[in-house]
Amino acid sequence: MTEMMGRTRAVRTVLGLVAATVLAVGFLAAPTPAQQQPRRGGTLVYISTSQPPSFDGHRETTFAMLHPVKPHYNYLVKFDTQNYPKVVGDLAESWTASRDGMTYTFKIRSGVKFHDGSTLTSRDIKATYDKIIFPKEDQGVISIRKAMYHMVRVVEAPDPQTVVFRLKFATAGFVEKLASPFNFVYKADILERDPRFYERNVMGTGPFRFVEYVRGSHWVGRRFEDYWDRGKPYLDGYRVLFIASRSAMLAAIKSGQALVEFRGVSPAERDDIVGAVGDKVMVQSSPWQCNNTVAINTKKKPFDDARVRRALTLAIDRWGGSQALSQIAFIQPVGAMMRPGGDYDMPQAELLRLAGYSRNMTAARQQARQLLREAGVPEGFSFTLKNRDISMPYEAVGVYLVDQWRQIGLNVRHEQQEGGRYFADLRAGNYDLSVDFACDFIDDPDVQLQKFLSSDVSDLNYGGYVDRQLDGLYFRIGRTADKTERARLVHQFERRALDEQAYVIYVLWWQRIIPHWRTLRGYKTTTNHYVEPDLAEYWLAE
Amino acid sequence: MAEGDPLTIAAPEVAAGRAAGVRRRPHALARFVRRQPLGMAGLTLIVLQALIAIFASWVAPYNPVANDFGAMLQPPSGTHWFGTDAFGRDVLSRIIFGARTALLVGFGASLIGSTLGAMIGVASAYFGGKIDLFVQRLVDIMISFPIIILAMAIVAFIGTGAEKLVVAIALSFIPRVERVVRGSALAVRAMTYVEAAQAIGSGHWRIIFRHMAPNVAAPYLVMVTAFLGQAILLEASLSFLGLGVSEPTPAWGLMLRGAAVDFATRAPWMAIFPGLAITTTVLTFNVLGDALRDALDPRLRT
Amino acid sequence: MTRYALTRFALVVPTLLAVAVLIFVLVRVVPGDIVELRLVSGGSYVTAGVIEAERARLGLNKPLWDQFVEWMVGMFRLDLGRSMWSGESVAREIGIRLPLSLQLAVMATLIATVMAIPLGTIAAVQRGRWPDYVVQVFSVAGLSVPSFWLGILIILFLLNVFGYLPPLTFSPLLKDPGANLAQLIWPALAVGYRYSAVATRMTRSAVLEVLREDYIRTAWAKGLARRMILRRHALRNAMLPVITVIGLEFAFLIGGLVVTEQVFNLNGIGKLIVDAINQRDYTLIQGLMLLVATAYILVNVVIDLLYAALDPRISYG
Repeated sequence: MTEMMGRTRAVRTVLGLVAATVLAVGFLAAPTPAQQQPRRGGTLVYISTSQPPSFDGHRETTFAMLHPVKPHYNYLVKFDTQNYPKVVGDLAESWTASRDGMTYTFKIRSGVKFHDGSTLTSRDIKATYDKIIFPKEDQGVISIRKAMYHMVRVVEAPDPQTVVFRLKFATAGFVEKLASPFNFVYKADILERDPRFYERNVMGTGPFRFVEYVRGSHWVGRRFEDYWDRGKPYLDGYRVLFIASRSAMLAAIKSGQALVEFRGVSPAERDDIVGAVGDKVMVQSSPWQCNNTVAINTKKKPFDDARVRRALTLAIDRWGGSQALSQIAFIQPVGAMMRPGGDYDMPQAELLRLAGYSRNMTAARQQARQLLREAGVPEGFSFTLKNRDISMPYEAVGVYLVDQWRQIGLNVRHEQQEGGRYFADLRAGNYDLSVDFACDFIDDPDVQLQKFLSSDVSDLNYGGYVDRQLDGLYFRIGRTADKTERARLVHQFERRALDEQAYVIYVLWWQRIIPHWRTLRGYKTTTNHYVEPDLAEYWLAE
Repeated sequence: MAEGDPLTIAAPEVAAGRAAGVRRRPHALARFVRRQPLGMAGLTLIVLQALIAIFASWVAPYNPVANDFGAMLQPPSGTHWFGTDAFGRDVLSRIIFGARTALLVGFGASLIGSTLGAMIGVASAYFGGKIDLFVQRLVDIMISFPIIILAMAIVAFIGTGAEKLVVAIALSFIPRVERVVRGSALAVRAMTYVEAAQAIGSGHWRIIFRHMAPNVAAPYLVMVTAFLGQAILLEASLSFLGLGVSEPTPAWGLMLRGAAVDFATRAPWMAIFPGLAITTTVLTFNVLGDALRDALDPRLRT
Repeated sequence: MTRYALTRFALVVPTLLAVAVLIFVLVRVVPGDIVELRLVSGGSYVTAGVIEAERARLGLNKPLWDQFVEWMVGMFRLDLGRSMWSGESVAREIGIRLPLSLQLAVMATLIATVMAIPLGTIAAVQRGRWPDYVVQVFSVAGLSVPSFWLGILIILFLLNVFGYLPPLTFSPLLKDPGANLAQLIWPALAVGYRYSAVATRMTRSAVLEVLREDYIRTAWAKGLARRMILRRHALRNAMLPVITVIGLEFAFLIGGLVVTEQVFNLNGIGKLIVDAINQRDYTLIQGLMLLVATAYILVNVVIDLLYAALDPRISYG
């Protein structure tokens, strides 16, 4: 974990502070989980703050579906949570990519059983990916991630233990995309009979069988005795408690009624738990693949003027904000459009040259005021910043921004909106500036930059601008297989979008904080709350 | 607790209205002062509070919205009497400025709601017939929802912010006030002088304003004061649900949300002081309301 | 009397129908889209095509009129439809939460009544003396404390002073009465306190009123024992308005504990309402609002009938 943070150039400055907290918590003295012999038995109780809409991974986007449902399934390949972002085989024993990068061949494990006793073959995997990539929309099948696999031409199952993906063009990060934690492997026969079966039912090959779900209350699974990975899972079962109230969630962890919540808590909540339970809990922390941005409505005056947008981003003290806000909210790393510490992040030297990333705030604010004057924006100019009505961390970001812009003579009204209205206004362009956000399970520019293409290309471009230069760069990024070259193009994209045109403001990235009872072993935080929990790996100490 | 329903605050009227007619006479302030010392104390406190709210910029020691990350989560001390919050903002200053939001929402919502409700009630009673029937069915429907749900629905509809909150809370009060005032107005309408006025050919509005309105002034005033405190509680509840005013606007209900709960064990002053501010303010309004009711309701006078 | 009762019940139907129409229209006018909330609110990239397809599947792109007719036809078959969010039947979604909300409402009502009637009577009898003032201050305070704040204080107090946390999941009363009561007693106290404040004030003024009636004065004059007068005459006749207040509050408690359920993490109707509204789950909102309105309207009818039956002064043709 320390290694993970050490790698994050962006947080180096605040590392001292975090380390102090972390030392106070005493987790550095914690036994390394991997060195111990896992113990079999026990039921892991954890919390989810929200409930699954349906149980179908292919259809949903929320962690609230993953946290209770995931343990019932396997993937073709998956992220290794002990060594994220390494991808390892799950149902695939091994795989090879052709030299031209157009064909991927997977060897499937034999002897894998579904919970109903039937045997898994390559046919089930082909049916699964056909559902994800080529959903039968006329039968009401919806796949959220269809667009992510637009490079796939066909999925084949030449024999029961082989699956082949043939692509339209070579691309980087294809296996990582296949490892999406949402790609549960389903049973072909069931999908044939009822393509929507999995929305309301559970039937997989995963380490745990489904036992019970009481809406608004809990979800229960117990060990699948015929699991293909002999000896796993270690746990007898698990129970997810659905607790929406933060204080009730904290109380549950403090009292030991639950051991952990796998999404993340705020610094205050961490201190609260540690203060109450002491060294029976340990705290893990890692940069989070989530961020807060500000969408700027470029169709409204004066925000159609790049000078005004640059002034807005220049005025934000990201380094100071990182230090201050990380004490009260789960935000911290400073970064551009790709996750700081990830494969495509912008080197520090380059980052510091972007508008608003300088450490010299006096100069930056002067420049911002100058730009506003040039653009004819008067002192005391007033506009509204819309935001979601979620306190952590949106409210902290909003309050901070209002205060930052106050310091260059702007009078900003902060309007926190209930979710439905918030999205309706963003979509309709009914806003001046709005706090936006993104979360993901993968560091992939194809996925994360998509949102910032021209508004006639991207459905989630709320800013309303059209910029063919960005579209062109994005196209090249998607078809470049070489990682270094890809990163270079990504930084070009970032400079255009964040600095020259300042279409969007990246405020800060999030920082995951996971306090958990020490009795939970084998757990390691990753950069996101989607690939967790990896329940087959966890066990309970006595 | 704003979840309970203000309908029941006005229950004596409602219940009495069910059983028998209501008779009331307005009274002079002087008498009120003499007979209701508690109410008078309440009134004084409210005036004091209004003054603090108006002159908040002079009274408050700090800027209520300025972040000070050098002074985060400090316990009460000589420099910050009520401590500071997660953004290093002075809790006392935020409470002082928060009085503005509270009084704005309290007075705004209860005055608008009671006035509109009373007008509709009187008109409905006066015109009777189909108009009355229609209005009463509408009121029937609206009144069958708990007030917090009604307010939530209206907020979802018109959006958040202090002014919109006033509208949402006012609207949700209307059917309750209407019900009570209509009851009193019906009793007045049956009196001979209204019939006499009609007989000599006075216009509708003239009769309503000259003859009926003064006679429902007592229940109207009682409703206004009863709803004052309720409006503040409702605002706090809505803010707690994330449907109230937005940060960084200083508002008591908002101060109790999110961070206050997060930091409840580490920085309890963040949760305790705003809660006390709400409770004492609502308490003074309620005491005044009770005194007013006693003064205006002849049946309860000794 | 029977005829009156029948008419009263018959009148419930058109009111409910009007409620249904109103809610159906209102939920759809409020901005917000269930599909967007469901798919985009976690920060994922989702194409417009997918959002459209989901909307089509939920029937949201059908003409309003068709949606309404579908819902109404279902209702006459006592089928409230399926929740758009979870796909579960609305009746079942409500059925899971109703026992908790009903029990909490009953418990709060009991607590309130047990507190209110003696307190209110004492205050009335001792009018103007110190017990009266104590009771009045106690009840005004109850009306002035924000419920959720009181809830937070109760939880903090239990946790910090006794290191005790009430159970987090609901156990049905008959299955595990201990765990059940341990969970619900705290919210019931918080709610019951405020509720008792309302009822205490009502009792006080009702008793005062009755004490002034001629027959009570006569009873005094006859020299009847104080206790006898109170129990035989005063209380009995003061009960009607008190019952009214208690009944109405009870009806509101079923769906109205929106904030308290959040604070105590109760899986009840109030929390379901908040979730349904936040998620723009039209079918579920419709079902819930009908439930809330029905509860209130029925309690009202029952109160009216009680009046008709108990109060000799009211006669119905």
